[in-house]
Order: sequence, then C-alpha cells, then structure tokens
Amino acid sequence: MTQDSKASPNIPLTSKIIEKHGLSEDEYQQILKHLGREPNLTELGIFSVMWSEHCSYKSSRIHLKRFPTEGERVVQGPGENAGAVDIGKGLAAVFKMESHNHPSYIEPFQGAATGVGGILRDIFTMGARPIALLNSLRFGELDLPKNQHILKGVVSGISSYGNCMGVPTVGGEITFNDIYSKNPLVNVFCLGIVKKDRLLRGLAKGAGNQVLYIGAKTGRDGIHGATMASDSFDDTSEKKRPNVQVGDPFLEKLLLEACLEFLEQDLLVGIQDMGAAGLTSSSCEMASRAGTGIDMDLVKVPRREPHMTPYEILLSESQERMLLVAQPGKEEAVLAICRKWGIDAAVVGRVTDDGFLRIREGHEIVAEIPAHALAEEGPRYERPAAPPQYQEFLQSLNIDTLPDVKNPAEVLLKLLASPTIASKRWVFRQYDHMVGTNTVVCPGSDSAVVRIKGTSKALAMTTDGNSRFCLLNPYLGGGLAVAEAARNLVCAGAQPIGVTDCLNFGNPERSDIMWQFIMAVEGIADACRTFEIPVVSGNVSFYNETNGLSIYPTPIVGMVGLIERPENIITQWFKQSGDQILLLGETKEDLGGTEYLKVIHSREQGNPPWLDMDREKAIHFCLLSLIQDGLVQSAHDCSEGGLLVTLAECCLTHPSAPFGATVILTQDRLRLDALLFGESPSRVVISIKRENITQVRELVKGFGVPSVELGQVTQENLDITVRGSSNQPVSQISLSLSEMGNAWHHSLARQLGTETS
Amino acid sequence: MKQTAHFIWHQERSLQGMDAIILPGGFSYGDYLRTGAIARFSPIMDAVVDFAGRGGMVLGICNGFQMLLELGILPGAMLRNRNLSFICEDRYIRVENANTPFTNHCEPGQILKLPIAHAEGNYYSNPVTLSALQANAQIVFRYCDREGKVTSQANPNGSLDSIAGIRNAAGNVLGLMPHPERGAEHLLNNEDGLYIFRSMISALEKHKTPQTV
Repeated sequence: MTQDSKASPNIPLTSKIIEKHGLSEDEYQQILKHLGREPNLTELGIFSVMWSEHCSYKSSRIHLKRFPTEGERVVQGPGENAGAVDIGKGLAAVFKMESHNHPSYIEPFQGAATGVGGILRDIFTMGARPIALLNSLRFGELDLPKNQHILKGVVSGISSYGNCMGVPTVGGEITFNDIYSKNPLVNVFCLGIVKKDRLLRGLAKGAGNQVLYIGAKTGRDGIHGATMASDSFDDTSEKKRPNVQVGDPFLEKLLLEACLEFLEQDLLVGIQDMGAAGLTSSSCEMASRAGTGIDMDLVKVPRREPHMTPYEILLSESQERMLLVAQPGKEEAVLAICRKWGIDAAVVGRVTDDGFLRIREGHEIVAEIPAHALAEEGPRYERPAAPPQYQEFLQSLNIDTLPDVKNPAEVLLKLLASPTIASKRWVFRQYDHMVGTNTVVCPGSDSAVVRIKGTSKALAMTTDGNSRFCLLNPYLGGGLAVAEAARNLVCAGAQPIGVTDCLNFGNPERSDIMWQFIMAVEGIADACRTFEIPVVSGNVSFYNETNGLSIYPTPIVGMVGLIERPENIITQWFKQSGDQILLLGETKEDLGGTEYLKVIHSREQGNPPWLDMDREKAIHFCLLSLIQDGLVQSAHDCSEGGLLVTLAECCLTHPSAPFGATVILTQDRLRLDALLFGESPSRVVISIKRENITQVRELVKGFGVPSVELGQVTQENLDITVRGSSNQPVSQISLSLSEMGNAWHHSLARQLGTETS
Repeated sequence: MKQTAHFIWHQERSLQGMDAIILPGGFSYGDYLRTGAIARFSPIMDAVVDFAGRGGMVLGICNGFQMLLELGILPGAMLRNRNLSFICEDRYIRVENANTPFTNHCEPGQILKLPIAHAEGNYYSNPVTLSALQANAQIVFRYCDREGKVTSQANPNGSLDSIAGIRNAAGNVLGLMPHPERGAEHLLNNEDGLYIFRSMISALEKHKTPQTV
C-alpha cells in the first residue's frame, strides 16, 4: 500500500491495484457509475477507505436497523459521532463505545492508547466534557507469555492516555479465553456531559462557511488503518505495525479544552474528529450529513513531513486532529483560541453547495467525488447467513455425563482464582479512576458511579458481554448481555436510560459468522425493546480472525443509568454484620456455557441459560423500588461463577473491611453444581437490615418476584450449609476470608508474575 | 470551605494578590520528559518562587510537588514507582509533624487515608539532604499501614524513608504525593483531606502571610 500511496496519481489502475485496495470488481463498477469516469489513484484510495467495512458498515448496516433507537430521553441517536440522552436539568449524557482491536494486537500500547484517544474525541466533538472512560477487554489465557505481553501493553496504553487526559477510567470488564490469543479485543467506552441545547454535530452546513483544520500535523502514520481493520490477520500481520498510529494525549488535552471553548463562545457550525480515514472521512461525512460539498486545498494542511502526496495526506490517520466548520468572520476567533492553547490550525477550505468533495493541491484538482456517494451510497450487503454445522455439537452437552461437584470449597477457590473472575485490581490501580473528584463508586462493584457536579444526580455505567453464551446461542447471548448490563445498573440504584454497543465478530463473508452477527443483533434488539432502553450509538468490528480462526461472537453492551439522589447509590459489598441476605430470582439447572464448566470440566458447551425477559424486567422494577425506599444495604448481580462466587464477592470486595456470611441453601431437585455454580440470569443477592426483612419480602412478593432467604452477614468466614429437600445435610462449605481473599485478590498479579502490594 | 479560589494561567506573570498558592496535580505538558520538568519554565513560576521565598504559603500536590522539586523550592527528586507502573488507590499516611501551617488541625501521629495517583512518586534525595529533612522535622507525612506502622509493605512506590510529603526549611511550602482534594467530601467516602485545607485556612487567619503580587 505504501508504494501505491507514493505513486503518481495518474498511473493506470490495474485490477491488482484495485484488489490491493480491498475493493471488489462489483464495487469498482459502482465507483465508475458514481464518477461517470475512471477514478485516479487518489480517488481510488478515498473510495477504498470510505467503503471499507470499518467506515461503511456495508455488511452490518441493514441489520443494525433492528435496534430500537427512539425514546423520550433520546437527544441524539445513531449516526453522529456519539449518542446522547437527556438526564434532566437541561443536561445530556453523550456516550459511545468503539473498538481498537486490530491495532492493539499489532502494537498493544499504542493501539489501546489511540483507541482511548479516538473515543474521547468522539465525545468532545459533540461539545461534551468527557467525565468517564470504561473498557471491555478480551485476551488469550495468561499461561502464554505473548498474551501477558498484550495485556500489559494494552493496560499501560489505556492508563497512559486516559490518565494524562485527566479523564478517569472508572470501570469495565476483562475476560480470558484462548480464542482471543491472536485477536485480542479492546473496546473503549466514554461518557461526557453537555448542556442539551449546546450539543454540536458533524454538519458542514451553509455554503460559503469556512472549513478549518486544527490539531496535530498530518504525518504518514496510520495510512490505511481503516482498511487494515477491515481484513483478517495472518502470520505476516506484524508487518502492519506501521499502520498503527501513535498517540499524543497532551495535545489531545489541549484540543479538548480548545473545543469546549469554541462551544462556550458559540463559534462553530459543525465539528468532526478525524478518526479512521482521517481528513477524508471527516470532510465527506460532514458534507454528506448536511447535503453540501467541501472544497479543500491540501497545500494549507499542516504537515509533519515534506513531500507527502495527496493520497497520503487524505488517508493519514494521524491522531489528535479535528475538522471544523465556522461562519465567515468567526474563523479568527477560532484561530485565536488555538493560539492560546498552542495548537496548529488553518483554514483549509470552504463549504459549497454542489455536493462534491473537491480536493485541490494549489490550483490542481486532485480528487472530485460526490460526498454523499462516499459517505452514504457505499455498497450494502445482505450477506448469506446460516448456522454452522458445529452449532449442534456446541449445544449438545449431556450434563449427566459429568460428575456432580464433590468438593465445592475447592471448586469455589479455583473459580475465584480464574482470571476472568479474579479481582482486576492489578489492572484498575493503573488507571486513574478518581481524577476529577466525581467517582462515587470506584472499580470493583457491579457498576461505576459518577456524580454530576452541580446537581444531585449521578450516572452509573457498565459494559458487559458473555462471548461463550454468544457462541453457544448468539440470540440468547445478545439478550443476556443486555440483561446483565441493566441488572448491573439497577444493582447500583440506577434506572437504565441508554445503550451503546460494540459488536466484535469474525469475517462477515462467512455465512456462519454472519448468522452469529444477525442472531446476536436480534437478541440485543429484542432485549432493549423489552426493557425500553434505546440504542443511541455503537460500533461494529468484523474480521477479528487470524489464519481462518474467528473469535467467539463478542457483542459488548455499554449501558448508562441515571440515579436521581445520592442516597440511592448502592454497592455490591456487604455492609454490616447481622444484615439478612436475600436472593431475588430463581436458580435453575443452568450449567451450559458456564465458567464452572470451563474451569473445572474444560468444556465450553451446552445451551446458555434461558432469559425470561419479563422476569428480568420485574426484578429491575422490584430492586429499584426497594432501593428507592431505602431498604437495600447491598446488591450484587449473580453472573459468572454463579451464586457461590457472588456471595464470596459480596464478602470480599468491601474497600476496607471484608465481611463473612452464614448461608443455608436448600437443594431442591437441582444438581449441587447447578445450585452453587450455575449461571441462571435474573438473580441478585441483596442484603437488608434485619428489621426490614418482613417488609422487604412482602414487597418483593408484590412484584411477582421469587426470593429466598439465604442467611446473614457475619464478621468472618463464608459458611454455607446445603440441605436436601427433607432437611438432610448434603454439603458443608467453610472458607476463611483470607483463603478466599488469597485466591481472588492476588490471582491476576500472580499469573503475571508481578508484585501485588 | 467558604474560600474563594482562582485559576491562574501559566502564561501570567502575576499571582494577583492571592493569600496562598496551590500547584495542583495533573500531567503538565504530558509529563513526556520528566514530571514537572517543563512546567517549571512556565512564566508564572518566577512569581511562585518569589512568593515562596518571601514566606508565602505554597502547597504542591502530586504533579505540583514534582514541580516544586524541579524548581528547587523543595529538595530531592522523584523516581519512577518501584513497580514501574502508575498506581491509583487509597493509601494511609502518618502525620509526622503536626506543627506546620498544613497540619495544625492534625494530631501528631494521626493517620489519614488519602488517594495516590502517580507513576513517579518514588522520592529520592542524597543522604545529606535526607538527614537534614529528618533533623529539621521536614518530613511531614510518611506512608504507613492502617495501624500507623511505617513498613516497606505500606510504602506504595519505594519512596526513601517512606516519604509522602515534605516541607521546606522555613515551613511555608509543602509538597505531597497523595491527593487531599480527592478526599474532601462525604459523597466520595473520604473527608481526611479536609484536615490539610482546614489547617491552611487556620494558619492564614492566624498569621497573614505576605500577599502575592
């Protein structure tokens, strides 16, 4: 690709060149139709990135229409830099999640760092001040040194960029599976706050308006990054390292402050981040959205090095750059703010009314393409989809062939030490999760909670996804991710108000992958519709595949919830000895796809638990109501590892003083392992003050929610007695807090061979 | 706390008549070179050095502490944390000198819980300087465990003599790595930082320090 980018723009376009640009013959024919002539090389490069999967969503777009995107609170739905929902008091929460998977495999530190940089720009381009970052990460198992290297690189990349920007990284989730060894996933979520009526959009409105370029100078880095992210990997992927960009968080910090000043002084018509496909995508998307054109002169673009070709300038993905549109007369004020913050800035063009993206180099026109054709009229595919033959094998687990658990205490310790379940403190202590003094609930509870200064409100945020469930049943897996995210928010005392998603899949040209994608989207859409939570933004990442091996289907759901009063903020850990422990929901024989089966029986098989959406919804209503009545001391979602892991986490996660619990369980027809480690959804472990137990049980009944009294919070030890239905003793588990703590707290650091203090 | 605070832009040359100066945390100039190494050349810093020299009250928090070291207002230097990673978490510190304008609301030996958030907080000085700091009670805070014991385990970053904060010989300048401003509010589950700000207010009320110019 680099040779092409330096070639004369007028070389004849051979089929080899077209193929190297990732364009099919059919797509090339469409280009000819749009142009009414052959493109030159620069134009071919522009089409190549804009019509790449990464930028055009050509395989996913028709399916994404299934998402419910409307709701009373929606201020901005999908299609902009980020979505926005109304949170009252004239404010909107702006949020989005995005992937940076491909670059993070090739260069973990910079790949992850620039992922954070990109999502931050998506938020402050909307005029919002970013106040929280979260991330969902997937890595291969840590016994491979290479996977340790990727994890360490990604975490320090996120830490380096986010910390320097002064935006707290408040939460997220990490799971491990060897399927991610050659395709790790880095999904970053950011949320910002803006006055609702000051929301900015990526619109190049008004012919004659000025187009300004601000931020970093354009260099040769990241050329064709978007094309890279639209292809699978093989053993030569290391060579793509030069396609990864390098981040400069301090410059981004200056850019952020400058952009918020433009907003303050009302200087802009529109603004867009130069992300994937850089100057090209920002200009044609802004023009396309506004139904205008842009005329731009590349000679005026600030550059890092001499002799760059138009091809290189247009396709560079140098970080920390923005494109602005301002009315004539306001550009001087924009430039003055840029001078104050020490940022490069230049007027590079103007808005036209002819709908063309016209690129000049001085007097010579080097590219001339209808903006709408680039941004909106790219190919759309309804690719063939069919369940794979292996699906039946995956779901065919006869649980009776597996022995029931003999020593639950030992299993619990193993699960607590499993990196997917173990404490992620080694990771989040490297993230500044408190900067800005808004973080009310730090990492380590079901959701992070950040207060909104100047109001009594707070926002809870979570990112969730269970890719094993999605592998076994993508429809259920999608729905379960939404259910878990909503439950996590509710456990923090928040009403879910909006969703963003990041859909990570393999190669969409394969029918099994496309089937996984369509089913997962449907699952997410149906759950969001049932729970009445609109999807306001999102991102699709295909081609997470190396040497023909795809990742598990991994849709990640990012969800935001609103808390009106600070006294309703709830955390997952037990608060006080003597409190009563109650399980909301029902435990069924749900062992398919569990962490237990994977860790103990080395099986990733079976059917994931069925999600009863009405039951799930009832639990949300019930728990929120209990919390608003001030009846709940702690609430923790029951997920990976099942009931016993949930109880252990309730005991261990208090930031300063762990608690114990004495619990009695009744084994009623269930296998013992299903009772203790099964992952039935729609379950929450809550603790309540002893004097409120009767009232709470009455209220819970009124919501039609089943509940079981489990026992009480104690000072030390987790003691669990399992009795049969006729009260006979079945099993006795007794673990000290230090035994459990040793397994859970230090496992990750131990596997990484680093200190833990 | 009923006090008025103003931001002063780095390009300014005057401290605008403030009673006290706080150099806050952050990543000045991205900390790309060495923490605080470029910020010390900010135009406003001449006025800060002058104010500190005339006995004005200056508090440097985290990156602010690092700047004070780079400026030479406080002795010593910062190294990378012992584990070479950024660390963000609550830590305990012990008040070693309660007789300063920054700690007069504390009891000697009082334990405060405050967050740290830094990658370069591993305080270092030569043995002569360290002896002087010890002899003059210039070590104001040491990292300790929950019970107040100063141990290697309780030292998060490898800091020499478990130093978390030091003052200058005259006593009007304090630098510390933990963040008192992050522990100053009930909603954030920590109010220990208020001891430091209350101390400063009391000190200012008692002995007016020279005003900035």
